Amino acid sequence: MATTSRKRPARSAKNAEELLGYYRQMLLVRRFEERTAQAYTEAKIGGYCHLNLGEEATVVGLMAAIEERDYLFTNYRDHGYALIRGMDPGRVMAELYGRQDGVSKGWGGSMHLFDTDVRQLGGYGIVGGQLPLAAGAALAVSYRDGDEVVMCQMGDGTTNIGAFHETLNIATLWDLPIVFVVVNNRLGMGTTVEMSSAEPELYKRASSYRMESARVDGNDVIAVRDAAKVAVERAREEQRPYLLETVSGRLRGHSVVDPAAYRSKEEVDEVRAQDPVAGLHDRLVADGAATAEGLAEIDADVHRIVKAAVEFAEKSPAPEVSSLFDYTYASPVPNDSRRLPADPLFPVGA
Amino acid sequence: MAVMSYRQALHDTLRAEMLRDPDVFLMGEEIGRFEGSYKITAGLLDEFGPKRVRDTPIAEEGFTGAAVGAAMLGLRPVVEIMTINFSLLALDQIVNHAAKIYGMFGGQRSVPMVIRTPGGGGQQLAATHSQNVELFYAFTPGLKVVAPSSPADAKALLIASIRDNDPVLFLENLALYNTKGEVPDGDEPAEIGRAAVTREGTDITLVAYSRMAHVALQVAEKLAADEGISAEVVDLRSLRPLDRPTIIESVKKTSCAVVLEDDWLTYGIGAEVAASISDGAFDYLDAPVRRVAMAEVPLPYAKPLELAALPSANDVVTVVHQTLDAVGRRSVGAH
Repeated sequence: MATTSRKRPARSAKNAEELLGYYRQMLLVRRFEERTAQAYTEAKIGGYCHLNLGEEATVVGLMAAIEERDYLFTNYRDHGYALIRGMDPGRVMAELYGRQDGVSKGWGGSMHLFDTDVRQLGGYGIVGGQLPLAAGAALAVSYRDGDEVVMCQMGDGTTNIGAFHETLNIATLWDLPIVFVVVNNRLGMGTTVEMSSAEPELYKRASSYRMESARVDGNDVIAVRDAAKVAVERAREEQRPYLLETVSGRLRGHSVVDPAAYRSKEEVDEVRAQDPVAGLHDRLVADGAATAEGLAEIDADVHRIVKAAVEFAEKSPAPEVSSLFDYTYASPVPNDSRRLPADPLFPVGA
Repeated sequence: MAVMSYRQALHDTLRAEMLRDPDVFLMGEEIGRFEGSYKITAGLLDEFGPKRVRDTPIAEEGFTGAAVGAAMLGLRPVVEIMTINFSLLALDQIVNHAAKIYGMFGGQRSVPMVIRTPGGGGQQLAATHSQNVELFYAFTPGLKVVAPSSPADAKALLIASIRDNDPVLFLENLALYNTKGEVPDGDEPAEIGRAAVTREGTDITLVAYSRMAHVALQVAEKLAADEGISAEVVDLRSLRPLDRPTIIESVKKTSCAVVLEDDWLTYGIGAEVAASISDGAFDYLDAPVRRVAMAEVPLPYAKPLELAALPSANDVVTVVHQTLDAVGRRSVGAH
């Protein structure tokens, strides 16, 4: 039984299998994002593009804590969540490519991944914009006496915007089944948490709203999952909102075009030393749960998935210009303008 | 058909729609216990309970956004924002979210919600509480903006707005709440996106919406009675979509137009109407399209200054005279 084993008890086969599954998912995020960066430099992808590199354990741990019936809202750094939540990698890549088969039909791009089928209701580019929406979704669940939970992800910088305060206040007042997750990668673009937040221990903000909260190592997939499960259970069983802060790092710039010149070499080295994918790789091998060769096979498999996703995106056609006016209104209206820039308002000579 | 106030028409319609559809619920500051700043929701908390008549904190961005999220899951929230001035605090949720969600995600979820909010000056509320910023919303594709001027339209457009699958900004007006008119029985919705010719005429077209459409009718009656001038009134009712064909048809008949608006002139709703007339009826125009709009100042508190800044019925008469003089048509019908 438990003799001298400290925090690493002999893993059961089930645990090893579970951990390997997480490793595969984290690797999918890693390879997908690396390939995305490449596609961006090849000008296949446009606009703003933010990667989850360095946040793989956080993404996978959080997604392991919610169920199919639950809803997810995220900010614009959303590719990894989409992949692990169950969106088809080909359709995610097609969205980044701005193609017809993209999850948002090419209307949203990198920042606006949305798929009703997996209940991921956006991808939002305005910092803090998703918070009131997520609270509203939780309100709808509560209105219908449902048992779903809403998870609302955000970055560390979001904790300083008014919508954060307004939404957390409402969440407690109205007993909403919602879990707020602050993914603290310690940088809002180039601004550090200490530069922007008077209380840099962000999870403590929850106390202003009588909301339970916790901080967890975002580089440890199991720790993230278990902490998130506590939060989800509180929301589901007790209709109490929860704030979870995960702390990890950003392996690259804010977006793919940011060389992150504002970071010192020491800082970058520190983040690299905590790379969650490499960390889990080494842990699996050290624990004897896998061999380096076995993990390389997983990697090769993931590469194939990402390659197929790119091929799918490449082949998907661009949206038809004739569809330009299809999504302005859900209820059609008379006198809805359908003019292109050079069209006259009224037929010439009429 | 019953005669009732604009306020009563709104109240009765909210109640009827809540009885009809359990997914319809109300949110806003002071709408429950306080029964609404303008008493539109009086009695509804007692009848429907706090789940469906939800008092919110003073957090326009938060509760308006929560309504957007609830609508994404298929509920039909009707939000009251105490006055349109405070909607500016929710601008991000209205313009960046409510208006974008259907399109930005390729039509996967619509946002069936209504934001009811009154505009209007003339109550000595000073600069930050007397604005008419409906333009910001009328400018934004993805939103619908309606502006009823009569109790009958208040009812028919509110029914249409609640049943619509898109976010609708429903513009009310402080000065209209006590006005009365005939309201049809039943629950026939209006068609969003259609203007109405509320008075037929042949000499000049008056284009207006909300309070100024009410003023336009009064002015038209006076012009007919005093001077035999036959003014046609086009009540826009819907600012987005804008019913340009109805405006153009009228101007083709009368060959001149004055636009009445409670907002500022430069870049205002009237500018769009005038530009549309120029595009669609240029060859029919006998005079430049004039606009009667608010003076371009933050609205002052002192009564004489406030009155001077706001467009009045007399201002409209003056501009109608000037326009008809310009086309040599002042004597029409007078002999």
